[in-house]
Amino acid sequence: MGEMEQLRKEAESLKDEITAARKAVQDLTLQDHVAGTAVVGRVQLKTRKTLRGHLSKIYAVHWGDSKLCVSASQDGKLIVWDSYTTNKVHAIPLKSSWVMTCAYAPSGNMVACGGLDNMCSIYNLKGKDGNVKVMRELAAHTGYLSCCRFLNDNEIITSSGDCTCVLWDIETGSQKTVFAGHLGDCMSLGVAPDFNTFISGACDFTAKLWDIRDGQCRQTFGGHESDINAIGFFPNGNAVITGSDDASCKLYDLRSDQELITYQDSGIMCGVTSLAPSFSGRLILAGYDDFNCNIWDSLKAERVGVLSGHDNRVSCIGVTPDGMACCTGSWDSFLKIWN
Amino acid sequence: MPVINVEELTDLDKAKMEVTQLKTEVKLERAKVSKCCEEISEYIQSGADEDPLVKGIPEEKNPFKEKGGCVIC
Repeated sequence: MGEMEQLRKEAESLKDEITAARKAVQDLTLQDHVAGTAVVGRVQLKTRKTLRGHLSKIYAVHWGDSKLCVSASQDGKLIVWDSYTTNKVHAIPLKSSWVMTCAYAPSGNMVACGGLDNMCSIYNLKGKDGNVKVMRELAAHTGYLSCCRFLNDNEIITSSGDCTCVLWDIETGSQKTVFAGHLGDCMSLGVAPDFNTFISGACDFTAKLWDIRDGQCRQTFGGHESDINAIGFFPNGNAVITGSDDASCKLYDLRSDQELITYQDSGIMCGVTSLAPSFSGRLILAGYDDFNCNIWDSLKAERVGVLSGHDNRVSCIGVTPDGMACCTGSWDSFLKIWN
Repeated sequence: MPVINVEELTDLDKAKMEVTQLKTEVKLERAKVSKCCEEISEYIQSGADEDPLVKGIPEEKNPFKEKGGCVIC
């Protein structure tokens, strides 16, 4: 038996063991547990603000606090918005217009973006002369930058089309840790509320949980039948939500190491592009290729609302840290604030 | 630490990586699903009543409310 064949058999046998171990703790399903719970009432959110200013498709949006957010568009700009007034606080021209992601640092001092240039560019918003300039260009990925998230003002995690995620030291511009293991483009990442772990979703149809400090992949979740485009932590950090081109979202529980529920409907046949949980986790807001955003009751897996108003694909979505509103960004070049 | 170029890994390398990873994951201690469901639904139910997108926001408290209109104080 060749080595390859041996390894393949070993992998199959280990996967069977994991499947059995997951089954062994499945003494109940989430559906059974919440059988007596009522579905949450119909959720009807209204567009409160429309943020106008981008000239092309919007690819990403990220809240800095509950008022300021940053958006990235293929018009080659990052715009920082005051969502209460719709004023543009900063309009940052980018070297490369092929941007796919943006992020706001928790401190509010910096923003980052990247895309087909394979780099993550860090911008200092609080420079002495008031001008926003590139502070660092983090280059080493051999594929597009799909997502980035700050841990603090000196550390950022990126995910890439080169199938890896990287933890960077911003000051020195060097890679501290490379997280390898996915066998397809990494499309999205989310940092745990306690900043000790992060999750990645990829085109190999799996989601992985990584330990930030020791670089190990702790858990791998399968079940999706196509690329995972969106991923996020459930607010208490003990579960993960994914959105996929297979038209479904899934909730995976970290402690029992398995999928608890799938959010899907035979009427929905297009891919999920983005998702965000509401403040309590009771609602999951998910953006789809069909220009809508569906709102799911996370416990009962029923659709309880729709956000329609965009004239093209909803590419990104985010809920404010205080839970007061959600923002959708679209290929129609507009961002909308809903509550 | 160099970036690992996944495109340069041979099928054999990938298979070895996969087996090593599976050996780590098989050892995971898994909690009972019933207990996890309990925790998730408790967390949600304790917060859902105060979740602004679930219960709605009174107009005077909504920082995003549309401008215009008169307010009688």
